[in-house]
Amino acid sequence: MERFYLDHAATTPVHPAVIDEMTDVMKHIFGNPSSIHFFGREARKIIDEARTVIAKSLHADINEIIFTSGGTEADNLALIGTAMANKDRGGHIITTRIEHHAVLNTCKMLEKAGFEVTYLPVDQEGRVSVEDVKRSLRDDTILVSIMYANNETGTLQPIREIGKLLSGHQAYFHTDAVQAYGLLPIDVRKSGIDLLSVSAHKINGPKGIGFLYAKEDVKLIPNIYGGEQERKRRAGTENVPAIAGFKKAVEIAEQEKDRKYEYFHDIRTRFIQGLKNENISFRVNGPEKNDVLPQILNVSFPGTNVEQLLVNLDLEGIAASGGSACTAGSLEPSHVLSAMYGKDADEVYNSVRFSFGYGNTLEQTDVITEKIAKIVKRLTEK
Amino acid sequence: MKEPKDTRVVVGMSGGVDSSVAAYLLKQQGYDVIGVFMKNWDDTDERGVCTATEDYEDVIRVCNQIGIPYYAVNFEKEYWDKVFTYFLDEYKAGRTPNPDVMCNKEIKFKAFLDHAMKLGADYMATGHYARVKCEDGEYRLLRGKDSNKDQTYFLNQLSQEQLSRVMFPLGDLTKKRVREIAKEAGLVTATKKDSTGICFIGERNFKEFLSQYLPAQPGKMETLSGEVKGNHDGLMYYTIGQRHGLGIGGAGEPWFVVGKDLKRNVLYVEQGFHNDALYSDALIATNVNWISKREKPEQFTCTAKFRYRQPDHPVTVTLLEGGRVKVSYDEPVRAVTPGQAVVFYDGEECLGGGIIDEVYKKEERLEYVG
Repeated sequence: MERFYLDHAATTPVHPAVIDEMTDVMKHIFGNPSSIHFFGREARKIIDEARTVIAKSLHADINEIIFTSGGTEADNLALIGTAMANKDRGGHIITTRIEHHAVLNTCKMLEKAGFEVTYLPVDQEGRVSVEDVKRSLRDDTILVSIMYANNETGTLQPIREIGKLLSGHQAYFHTDAVQAYGLLPIDVRKSGIDLLSVSAHKINGPKGIGFLYAKEDVKLIPNIYGGEQERKRRAGTENVPAIAGFKKAVEIAEQEKDRKYEYFHDIRTRFIQGLKNENISFRVNGPEKNDVLPQILNVSFPGTNVEQLLVNLDLEGIAASGGSACTAGSLEPSHVLSAMYGKDADEVYNSVRFSFGYGNTLEQTDVITEKIAKIVKRLTEK
Repeated sequence: MKEPKDTRVVVGMSGGVDSSVAAYLLKQQGYDVIGVFMKNWDDTDERGVCTATEDYEDVIRVCNQIGIPYYAVNFEKEYWDKVFTYFLDEYKAGRTPNPDVMCNKEIKFKAFLDHAMKLGADYMATGHYARVKCEDGEYRLLRGKDSNKDQTYFLNQLSQEQLSRVMFPLGDLTKKRVREIAKEAGLVTATKKDSTGICFIGERNFKEFLSQYLPAQPGKMETLSGEVKGNHDGLMYYTIGQRHGLGIGGAGEPWFVVGKDLKRNVLYVEQGFHNDALYSDALIATNVNWISKREKPEQFTCTAKFRYRQPDHPVTVTLLEGGRVKVSYDEPVRAVTPGQAVVFYDGEECLGGGIIDEVYKKEERLEYVG
């Protein structure tokens, strides 16, 4: 059976050039970057090169990039690290109801630790309002964490406006850019971003590596203690091969960003058109055209149920997702769609996320939408 | 008839050895097998771990060993509405319900069966010890070959429609053989302990569990002649024929629960395992389901079970109005309890069953039983 991978927002296949880069490093360079000898220097060079490439991609400084084990750790470091280090300035944090669990559950932990957290609502397209951020800001607000683009719907958040709003305020501005990075041009200076999280495996890099951008003047305490790696902000011997692969992935993404954007946009448009042609009832969750990541398409199919949809899609070779699986395998209703429509809304229970990447083609799209339509028709027939 | 490879079978996997082997055997026979785990109950243990997690972990491991895809489906709402609500209502009414019978009727062979059909299945399968046979265009439910494990008692409410879409791969096997097969195949669940008790309560204390949902009203324990013997913790905690937990000391034979008076909140107790008050000779059952759709004579003889794993008792069944039957037993039977299922058999065949509603002795209703 031919299989179609449409879950690139979950993870992406590793780019062949990344694999080459990593195997090359694993074969030839094994030193500990902290060592003072030749072997150490060799490894250290790889990390510095990667840091340079990454910093440049954000218009940041090399000293502002902290390698972590991934997006989750970067989010944890950003939130816990700044909250704990800035207690003397206040105990209030602002975030949104649609953040990734790496942010939401960290906020819950911080609430238990005595911080006060405001969870901002979103509109029907999944967008937070700058007005709400403004209204929630207090003198004791120390951190505002709002994702760059949502991972379930692709909805872009008004990052630049929020950055502007916060420019005169003591609160740090953190954004989880895990989905947006590598496709959208991000300028941390122009957007007034103080902290930004990224993961490599969403951009065809390896798993187990990510980074947190933390502006030079951000007061931050580490979450992991040990040696003095990453300028004492993240202890532990660096994952050198993964960092080398990450660098490669970033280089490729930087080169192909615009082309990829166009291409995903075309696939997304064709996908929506394909569903329209099939004469089935559906609705796009989040913006249909503008202010949305082109690689993410979240669709509600009235009269179906997400568990049946996903299993049927999988059995037909189509890998997609919806909500997040609980430890016992069944799907938890999506907190993002719940925030958009209310927790009892039909969309929460009948929506699927398709997310595109390398390997998806326009031609495939027609085959896929036809298969989807067949399944939807079968599930909705009385 | 489709070839096995073109026949999709969705197996209800619990993470136990029985459903593991059921899936394994079907896969061996060449079917297009899919494992689906049902999450019917939302609960976390003392460590904050969802109690279904470990079972699902086992489903994942077994399915990967067998080489079949696995999924989960959530029926918490359906289970709460159709099974748990019924369970509580029965206890409130002073009866002893059998949630497994209701779970099979409403969840496993209804919600789950529908789900399986939506996944393009031709059949669903479970690890029940029972057999289905199609003869003359009619489906018959037969006891599992392992008489000690036979589970037709719990399947008495199934219909022709349901049976026509069900496979029981373990029906011809003994439990011992099932464990052997699991071991031979190296399945991780081969030596896993069988679950005991009511699924959503698990290993926990039944009393403590029930007290979370129903207010307990302590009251008096009396003999049928009105002699006060002590206090009870709440009528719902006791079932007919129960000996333990009464705390009545003194000389002579041990004491047993023989009945309840809901209005007065009194628990009736009498002395001796074979106390006459524990025996009845007839019952009325409601919600009676006959597996065969063929016309039944108004009165016939067969055998019946009044609780799971009880030996069969010869009975005479008389059909009444409104899905009710009267069941007269050839010999008096001990501790027949309202709320439990009465299930009818003709030799190997399970004919159907109902829920015990009223209990009689010498044509007189035993009001104290409930």
